[in-house]
Amino acid sequence: MCFGMIEIRWHGRGGQGAVTATELLAKAAIKQGLYAQAFAMFGPERRGSPVVAFNRIDKEPIEVRSHVYEPDVIIVLDPLIIKIIDVTAGLKPKGTLIINSKSSPKELSELFPNFRIAVVDATSIALQRLNVPITNTVMLGAFAKAKSVVDISNIEKVVLERFDQLNVEALREAFDKTIVLEV
Amino acid sequence: MQIIEPLTLSGNLAIAYAVKQLDVDVVAAYPITPQTTMVEKISEYISKGELKANLLLVESEHSAISACLSAAASGARVFTSSSSQGLLLMHEILFITSALRFPVVMAIANRAVSAPINIWNDHGDIMPQRDTGWIQLFVESAQEAYDKVIQAYRIAEDDKVRLPIMINIDGIVLSHTYEPVYPISDSDVASFSPWNLYSPRLDPDNPITIGAFCYPDYYFETRYQSLKALNDSLPIISNVDKEFGELSGRSYGIVSPFKCDDADIILISMGSISMTVRAAVKKLREKGEKVGMLSLKLFRPFPSKELIRYIKNAKAIGIIDRAFSPGAVAGPVFTEVTSALYLSKMDIPSVDFFLGLGGRDVKMEDIKDIFNILKRIVKTGLIERHSYYIGLRG
Repeated sequence: MCFGMIEIRWHGRGGQGAVTATELLAKAAIKQGLYAQAFAMFGPERRGSPVVAFNRIDKEPIEVRSHVYEPDVIIVLDPLIIKIIDVTAGLKPKGTLIINSKSSPKELSELFPNFRIAVVDATSIALQRLNVPITNTVMLGAFAKAKSVVDISNIEKVVLERFDQLNVEALREAFDKTIVLEV
Repeated sequence: MQIIEPLTLSGNLAIAYAVKQLDVDVVAAYPITPQTTMVEKISEYISKGELKANLLLVESEHSAISACLSAAASGARVFTSSSSQGLLLMHEILFITSALRFPVVMAIANRAVSAPINIWNDHGDIMPQRDTGWIQLFVESAQEAYDKVIQAYRIAEDDKVRLPIMINIDGIVLSHTYEPVYPISDSDVASFSPWNLYSPRLDPDNPITIGAFCYPDYYFETRYQSLKALNDSLPIISNVDKEFGELSGRSYGIVSPFKCDDADIILISMGSISMTVRAAVKKLREKGEKVGMLSLKLFRPFPSKELIRYIKNAKAIGIIDRAFSPGAVAGPVFTEVTSALYLSKMDIPSVDFFLGLGGRDVKMEDIKDIFNILKRIVKTGLIERHSYYIGLRG
């Protein structure tokens, strides 16, 4: 595995677990022997309002403490949020956009040209497997498929420590079902 | 030393973990963002029986610090934490804690003060506590926060120190960022910072008075003793850090210079921002620019001599201030540094840079802008202004 520092921005809504997802991803990366940060733009968030959270992952110790302005990866937990927020703002050219959506990769690539698109219907998986429309753990599976940075086995371990086997199965299903469309 | 796998912890949780390992007896606190998750975690440790301590959830921060002071007077190892308005409400009791020489340890998730209300990071809450007589440490990471809490009890309870300590972690930026933290084992913590509390303490069988009334004939001498204790604590703070390095491989210094030896320009900073400054210095060094930086880890007692050693050959010095001292000659950190320079008979052009107030993000570019201003001063020999407000609109 060869990469420089990877910066990730998560978009979700209060209650969907974006902040927890960043924490779990950092944990999985650190378990793998990498360095990682997980942080969020904290404010007086309310359930349902848009939230943003970040990860940095690197092989070397991370020396930056500012916000992420030009992410390599964007992960969108909520299918409707793309209508109200410019989710690809600052995304590096040919960067990866991982979306929870029922739309096809082709439809999404028309909306977001020049980016690598990874898509999975995470809400349906979450409803079916977890009985709640909370997609954070599910989207960790999509991330593992879209970017070979953190092994899915490490993600599964931290999700199991924090939640349960159902969440592990949900993220595994998302891993299998995520379709990646290269630029 | 036992090798332990890294944990993924936020600054707040790293501190809570250290507090658990330190087997603290009494924790008294009142919740305030961004400190809250620290005490929530401690509360969880206590409820699970992992820490045997009395958790006093009091009605205000004034009561929290008063409870800590009193518990310390009875010989307990105590911990508290606060932020912003909460810390301001403690202000009165902070003087008393240090003057009575109680080794209270407090973690502060630094946050802006009102008005307007703002929950994000700057040093507006800690600067008004400069003269309270506490030892004041600043850290750059969750790891350092963890390490410093362990060191803090060793320092505070040292028979030659017996003073309270504040560990400052930048709110949100450190308190809520998860990153790798390598803990040391419980037994290493216990042997590095063994419980060392002794009389005078409150004891029902041997009643004494603590903090009694004092006439003009002794007040001066009593206050001087606290002052002297604080000044004399500096080498002990430094040695504890070195010893901790021998144990854990991690030592930070009371000042942490980077590329200062041959630097024409040196930027001085405190807290988490120092990491971004260091990264900027690395980038500029790659381009051949003779720049350096120094992170102040200790603010009280102020490490004048140690600081001067590293900055004395600079041609220009920048000082970052993350709080105002309204109406003063300059910002709080600038005033300290330039006083230290003056007393060492050094006349090095120095400029104060205010930035990152109320959580305004500090980018690498902001730091590069600062170095450009300092470069111009070295080149022209002219100081246009003594203070800059980086990123201020309007």
